[in-house]
Amino acid sequence: MKQRTVSMKIEKTIVSLLLIIGGILVSIPFLWMVASAFKPSSEVLQFPPTLFPENPTVENFVQLFERLNFAVYLKNTIIIVVLSFGGLLLNAMAGYGFAKFNFKGREPIFYLVLATMMIPAQVTMIPVYLILNELGLTNTMTGIVLPGLAAAFSIFLFRQFMTTIPMDLIEAARLDGAGEFYIFFKLIIPIAKPIFAVQGILTFIGAWNSFLWPLIIANDESLYTLSVGLSLLQGQYASNYGLQMAGAAFMVIPIIIIFSFFQKYIVEGFTMSGLK
Amino acid sequence: MGSGVKRIYHKRHPYLFIGPAVLILLVFSIVPIFVAFFISFTDLDLKGLANWSNISFIGLENYHELFRDDVFHKSIFNTVFYAGIGVPLVIICSLSIALLLNYGSNLLFKVFRGVYYMPSITNIIAIAVIWGYLYNTEYGLFNYLLSLLDADKIPWLEEPTIAKLSLILLAVWKGVGINMIIFLAALQGIPKSYYEAAKIDGANRFQMLFRITIPLLRYATFFVTITTLIGWLQFFEEPFVMTQGGPLNGTISMALFIYQKGFQFSQFGYAAAGSFVLFIFIIVVTLVQFKIRKSDTEY
Repeated sequence: MKQRTVSMKIEKTIVSLLLIIGGILVSIPFLWMVASAFKPSSEVLQFPPTLFPENPTVENFVQLFERLNFAVYLKNTIIIVVLSFGGLLLNAMAGYGFAKFNFKGREPIFYLVLATMMIPAQVTMIPVYLILNELGLTNTMTGIVLPGLAAAFSIFLFRQFMTTIPMDLIEAARLDGAGEFYIFFKLIIPIAKPIFAVQGILTFIGAWNSFLWPLIIANDESLYTLSVGLSLLQGQYASNYGLQMAGAAFMVIPIIIIFSFFQKYIVEGFTMSGLK
Repeated sequence: MGSGVKRIYHKRHPYLFIGPAVLILLVFSIVPIFVAFFISFTDLDLKGLANWSNISFIGLENYHELFRDDVFHKSIFNTVFYAGIGVPLVIICSLSIALLLNYGSNLLFKVFRGVYYMPSITNIIAIAVIWGYLYNTEYGLFNYLLSLLDADKIPWLEEPTIAKLSLILLAVWKGVGINMIIFLAALQGIPKSYYEAAKIDGANRFQMLFRITIPLLRYATFFVTITTLIGWLQFFEEPFVMTQGGPLNGTISMALFIYQKGFQFSQFGYAAAGSFVLFIFIIVVTLVQFKIRKSDTEY
């Protein structure tokens, strides 16, 4: 017995060590990014490279805002994030509709929704551009945000969650004379908080990272997102790695902070959604 | 007539709830398929975009052209190369990490769960910028570390085959997190009693891993394989931001080919035809996977 616990301990130590080594390897790009972001331009290209900045500076971050348009990009990115949350509400409504109502065409429409998950982005990219062009929405914020507002996977997750809400609860509210939208906003949304938390984080991450679509639709620099701005930076300041790393850090760190607060919900969300 | 309208009005609620989202999906996801199919038989380009009368129906011409296009051949080869190496790597890495992470539940394990997941939520452009720096032949960290071992410099992004492998390394690093979470969720769903029973029967760790854990992860593995494979067939962002498909189209993928033809050269019709070839690829691969799965659920 004693021998067994000793071997268990050794095993656990080995597992932990493996995880730590792997974790450090995985983190190298992040650590290197943060270290380099605070290096002055002379030090960034120094050979052999320094691990920690010898003369740490925030000059790179200041330049992002003073010489480049990062304030504008940040504003646009935040607008996209906020509007995407509107999409989250639409998906929640659809999930609720599919879960809690019997209506004509429910099954076929739901399968149609699921089918959209299988369509590769590259197939729809060109036609969506043409459609938006016909609608006069290229080069507008609406054009950037609108096509992404509804997402099949999100509707699916909401539906899965909503089916677990007891029907009695909704019936009781109806008997009390509550309208359908009143029920949805005052009763269902508070119950569905956990799934909103998960999807809210995923929506935030998706919108914050949005790149390709804004790049395609926006010709005007005043509509660029942080990702598009950063890719411009990569082209224009190809050898100014300190500046590039500062730009990258500026994009990555908010996500890391938000993620560390909410990672429990993301992991639970996947467990909850029945992806096993 | 009045009663009909009244009845629809009375049953309007479900449609009001699903309406907006379904409408958006219809306009921006379903309809575009048909539009893409149609324009793949036309010579739509910038002139056609300005004035529809400049568009003419050219039948299968785009598809003929594609099969003669060396760059397209290269993009197919590269896509198969990416998926062939990348998919098994992602699955093996994410499963191994999930197994290790499932071993304990204290703070250390929770923190590292976050660490391994981090790359998958990180912005692709930021990743490209950071890895571009790491891969830099002169100033990059990787070549510096190699120089400490007295190894030669590696042209990470400058030689077609090495560049493909470099992009795979980056994409595996980014792709492990999400799949690891799915495996982890599945592992946590396996009842503990199975392991206890096996222990009583005197099974060792390896027997438990190969006789209980891996067979019970079938569904998760299937899910991960399908989604990863579909994802890698659409491999786009890494070559787009890191190498623009170069050197010598050495890293161009089918998705990047479609993007370049469509949005850099405005050959919308030609690009749409390319996108349909990719679509058919994905459908075939998915169907084959389902077929394989069906035949091995029997035992």
